[in-house]
Amino acid sequence: MIGFPAVRVAGFCLTLLAVFLSPALVAAEKSGPVDVVARGLEIMRAADARLHGYTDQQVSLEMTLISPSGGKASRALRVQSIETPDGERTLMVFETPRDLSGTALLSNNRRSGADEQWLYLPAIKRVKQIGARNKSGPFMGSEFAYEDIVTPFVEKYSYQYLEQTPCGELTCDVIERKPKDEFSGYSFQKVWIDTTHQLVRRIEYYDRKQTLLKTCTASGFSEYQSKYWRPAEMLMENHQSGKKTVLRWADYRFESGLSEQDFTQNALMRSR
Amino acid sequence: MSFRSDCVHACAVFGCLIGFLITMPGISFAAGALPNAQSKGEWRGEFAPEFTAFAHSGVAGQASESLSASLRLEGWYSPDDGRNTFAFVPFVRWDQRDPERSHHDIRELSWVHVSGSREIRAGWRQVFWGVTEGIHLVDIVNQTDAIESVDGEQKLGQPMLSLGIERGDQMLDLFWLVGSRERTFPGREGRLRLPLVVDSDFARWESSKGRDRQDLAFRWQWNPYPLRLGVTGFSGTAREPELQPVLTGKGVVLAPYYPVIQQLGVDVQVTQGDLLWKLEAIQRNGGQRNYHAADAGLEYTQVGVFATQADLGWLLEWLYDSRNRKAATPFQRDLLLGWRVAFNDVASSSLLFYVIFDPDDGEQLWSLEAQRRLAEDWQLALEIRQVAGTAAPQSEAEFLVAPDLTHALRPLAHDNFARVTLSWFF
Repeated sequence: MIGFPAVRVAGFCLTLLAVFLSPALVAAEKSGPVDVVARGLEIMRAADARLHGYTDQQVSLEMTLISPSGGKASRALRVQSIETPDGERTLMVFETPRDLSGTALLSNNRRSGADEQWLYLPAIKRVKQIGARNKSGPFMGSEFAYEDIVTPFVEKYSYQYLEQTPCGELTCDVIERKPKDEFSGYSFQKVWIDTTHQLVRRIEYYDRKQTLLKTCTASGFSEYQSKYWRPAEMLMENHQSGKKTVLRWADYRFESGLSEQDFTQNALMRSR
Repeated sequence: MSFRSDCVHACAVFGCLIGFLITMPGISFAAGALPNAQSKGEWRGEFAPEFTAFAHSGVAGQASESLSASLRLEGWYSPDDGRNTFAFVPFVRWDQRDPERSHHDIRELSWVHVSGSREIRAGWRQVFWGVTEGIHLVDIVNQTDAIESVDGEQKLGQPMLSLGIERGDQMLDLFWLVGSRERTFPGREGRLRLPLVVDSDFARWESSKGRDRQDLAFRWQWNPYPLRLGVTGFSGTAREPELQPVLTGKGVVLAPYYPVIQQLGVDVQVTQGDLLWKLEAIQRNGGQRNYHAADAGLEYTQVGVFATQADLGWLLEWLYDSRNRKAATPFQRDLLLGWRVAFNDVASSSLLFYVIFDPDDGEQLWSLEAQRRLAEDWQLALEIRQVAGTAAPQSEAEFLVAPDLTHALRPLAHDNFARVTLSWFF
């Protein structure tokens, strides 16, 4: 599969070509040398601004797990998040399958520094602080890892601009990002961001052996409160196992007045 | 059972709460909905028939197989988006062989009021303290429902009034415990018991108020990354009775005696990526003798082990009790070695296997717990417990005259069992 040096050279050449062909781009970047790193970071910052700045949000999530033979299983959970000075806190409460109903996961995701997670087991009323490596394992038996579901912070990756390419009716910038977290399950990812709304349309995940592992495609974007763009559906296809997972996001609510008190360990134990 | 008198007592305190819960069915429930509506609530339940097969018939001639079933309901209702929440969790078990194991309990009947960083809780509640897997030393708020399971993780509802405050990385919980509950024990026909039956009809208390003594407890937690430190305190009626032989009209039985104790405890976890360091330690004063005890160890998780989706966790714990042979627990200088596997599959399959062994006398307790989802609302669980490296159980007379304190697992030597539970969630 695609190795790193090849990607870097190809990305650099495309950028150079674009610079020669596009006077507008030259003007935009005349303040410094053409730099695939800076350009990648700039686009990701624009995309990041679309995902953050929401203050607080609530959404319900339905996961459908699809086996290679077409067998289906579903899970439902509620997700609420709040932005904090150093990152974001997220509380996920499982509703189905019913044996997991009431189980909840509280995460403190930091822009920089270590993330923390607490798992609440309602049967014995126990809160367990769990290790950070759990983020790279399958989430609820799905093709999504925990790290694929949380909103990524720009600071947690390094970037390379690769190319511009058509994506559906739109045009997308393709950026390669490498996780800085040693516990991530990926060597790098390729991210497709459309040039119209700066939304993440597609992500390819490359495993630690630099082999294409999964592709995530987001669709059905809507704009909430004239500023928050969110997808209605995400499809994750695992190319190595043939399994798929569909996430359906519904009932988005923003700025509903959640406070940090709704993301404490006591709040975790109040989950129903 | 003690339940009735507790009910009388707590009903007086929380009568208004019960009145509120009775009106619950009249309110329309939006099960599992987002808090769009002002009020929400839900009923859930678990029905769990089980079959247990023992390797031998009991020393007192108890049957070698047994059917049982439990039903647990959980209802909750919040009229105002979680500022006030009412919960009701009744539990009932039927057992084919042991009338003592056929029992019922109110696990929870509570009101929780949230105001900023404060929580006020009243009613029957369940509170868990601790971090280790081997034994739960610091966990003392609720009485153990000991006939439910041998791991001590099933608890009886405890009536209480409690205040919780949480700010930043610190939490403080204060408890006024309105009376205490008596531990449950297997009856004459039950398994997994001492050669003599523990008869709760002959229970005695150090306190002149008996089970109505008002007790106090607190827990303070400081959780700056990567540390999670809890300091706990308890003053009141012990959860663990001392067992004293008495001659009664039914012959010789063991009478539970509940002393008044003071206990200080710490629970510590240090989270370093996939490695968790754990410690629980207590100092207990009161009763026959003052003592200290600890459970210290680690849990290491290999994520995606053997190039699969599964996680393999390694458990290593050292269990210590300063009373040594006179300890009420068989685990006084023992080592726990265990593995936990989370398969991360669609069926959420998992298993926990461990052995606790005593390097001094060679006694071992082997345990396997496994579960997987069979269908959307059905779960199958398997539990196997075996003791090894010990002598055959003593008879009633031998136990009465000279109980074998060196081999604390001896009474269970004929009680090796496998249990299959099929749970239906609704």
